Amino acid sequence: MKMSEKEKNRQLNKEALMTLGLYVIFFIWWYAFGYGLSGGDPGNFTYIMGLPSWFFFSCVLGWILVSIAVLFMVKKFFVEIDLEEDEKA
Amino acid sequence: MGNSMILIPMIIYLVVMLGIAVYTSKIAQGAKGGFIEEYFIGGRSMGGFVLAMTIIATYSSASSFVGGPGVAFSKGLGWVFLAMIQVPTAFLTLGVLGKKFAIISRKIDAVTVTDFLRARYKSDVVVILSSVAILAFFAATMVAQFIGGARLFQAVTGYSYVMGLAIFGIVVVIYTTVGGFRAVALTDAIQGIVMIFATIFLLFAVIKAGGGMEKVIDTIMVSNPGALEPTAGGTISKPYILSFWILVGLGVLGLPQTTVRGMGFKDSKSLHNAMIIGTFVVGFLMLGMHLVGVFGASVLTEGIESSDLVVPTLTIQVLHPVLAGIFIAGPLAAIMSTVDSMLILASAAIVKDLFMHYSKSEMTEKKLSKLSFITTAVLGIIVFVFSIKPPDLIVWINLFAFGGLEAAFLCPTIFGLYWKKANATGAVLSFIGGVGAYFYYTISGVKYIGMNQIVPTIAIAIILFVIGSYIGKKPDQETLELFYGKE
Repeated sequence: MKMSEKEKNRQLNKEALMTLGLYVIFFIWWYAFGYGLSGGDPGNFTYIMGLPSWFFFSCVLGWILVSIAVLFMVKKFFVEIDLEEDEKA
Repeated sequence: MGNSMILIPMIIYLVVMLGIAVYTSKIAQGAKGGFIEEYFIGGRSMGGFVLAMTIIATYSSASSFVGGPGVAFSKGLGWVFLAMIQVPTAFLTLGVLGKKFAIISRKIDAVTVTDFLRARYKSDVVVILSSVAILAFFAATMVAQFIGGARLFQAVTGYSYVMGLAIFGIVVVIYTTVGGFRAVALTDAIQGIVMIFATIFLLFAVIKAGGGMEKVIDTIMVSNPGALEPTAGGTISKPYILSFWILVGLGVLGLPQTTVRGMGFKDSKSLHNAMIIGTFVVGFLMLGMHLVGVFGASVLTEGIESSDLVVPTLTIQVLHPVLAGIFIAGPLAAIMSTVDSMLILASAAIVKDLFMHYSKSEMTEKKLSKLSFITTAVLGIIVFVFSIKPPDLIVWINLFAFGGLEAAFLCPTIFGLYWKKANATGAVLSFIGGVGAYFYYTISGVKYIGMNQIVPTIAIAIILFVIGSYIGKKPDQETLELFYGKE
């Protein structure tokens, strides 16, 4: 894709912010499920596939979902910009 | 006496690594760019898969395969919860730094992070500080990784420490010296694959040995119910675990051995693919290996004297010797792939950042290549010799290496890329203040509400950077145009 230097920089800043956004979302997911589902005695936890549900949601599902989210973010919003200098052209 | 069944798959594996170095050095001879760009950054030719794997392999070290799972063995799922903070490493570094680094390094022919800092801050002080930090911290880390690898080798095979060190230490030094960055990246990719398989084998074997998932969890519930809580029965506090979001989270944006990979990939598409593959694979390795530690508690019920022995002991107990040999290649791969990247960067720091820049003499390509080979080899040999009988100083510096690199490089790198006002005064202040603070907090043991010392360190580094940038001289117009585009 042909872009001026200004446009390239704007796009790069946008991508960096989106990356940080996803990072924050992953943090919230990890924190909310990790601590939200783990009160009380381990004997009373719910278990999914043998694992305590807080762990299953925050770590196993969180990992799979964030991988899918990266795929989606990259395919949908990231632009294949030319990394070489183009002003000589 | 040692176990030769375990040794054979390992040796085959090491021979393959050497083969790759020979192969890449042939490619390098036909490379179109200059020698320096080829040797230190592989001609900027990495595709998505190799980029993802080299980031993961460099980042995962002895601690991901031996230390971390060993702690998870006694702490339980809470420690896996902590390890999973590292899942975003690949997408975070590549998404924030990747393209910016790629574009700028092409403009200024940068092959090291120091090259980038030099162009951005135009300050010799920054360049020297950065080179010294890289050499000191990397040397200490490399020695520590070698020690970890040799001990592991000793525990699993029964052969001596020195023999283990000699076998894989020499292999790493040779393939890095001969093949340069391209060999480092390619071997990293293979080592990444080995780590994945090693994790799968061991995880399944441990669950099987424990009598299946349900039974494993039941056993843990009886012996150590706290292992099923995120707080590990109240032993992992929130401020403590949250500080890992800096230490192995945002702070990773400063690690030169990771960020330099932003200079070495081919095109935007490679970067995009690496973000996807990298996130999935890092998560898999962290989850898998740390669960091995946790589930191991249901297999090794007698307890164990040192947490570093958990993984080796489990491996011998649950895997067939040939598989154990392949598995042990996993952590060795993690260790070798960390050392090789640091070795090539340390060599670049001497040849490119210090010698080529400050020596007045003009060097021919041929002389330059000779100098680079010799520097890499000599550094490798020094590290190797130090590892045989580690000097106290090196062991001591290693305590500061990971956090110290973050304290030193995080602000100069990130602010340099994204903040126009960032200048040399800020960089120098934050560099010295950050590293100083990290040493102070680590040695004195002063802690705020139980946080890891990296948190106040980074806060100080940021504050100093901003203050310095407001006091110091503004970057010139030329620098601004180079880094942020023309108006």
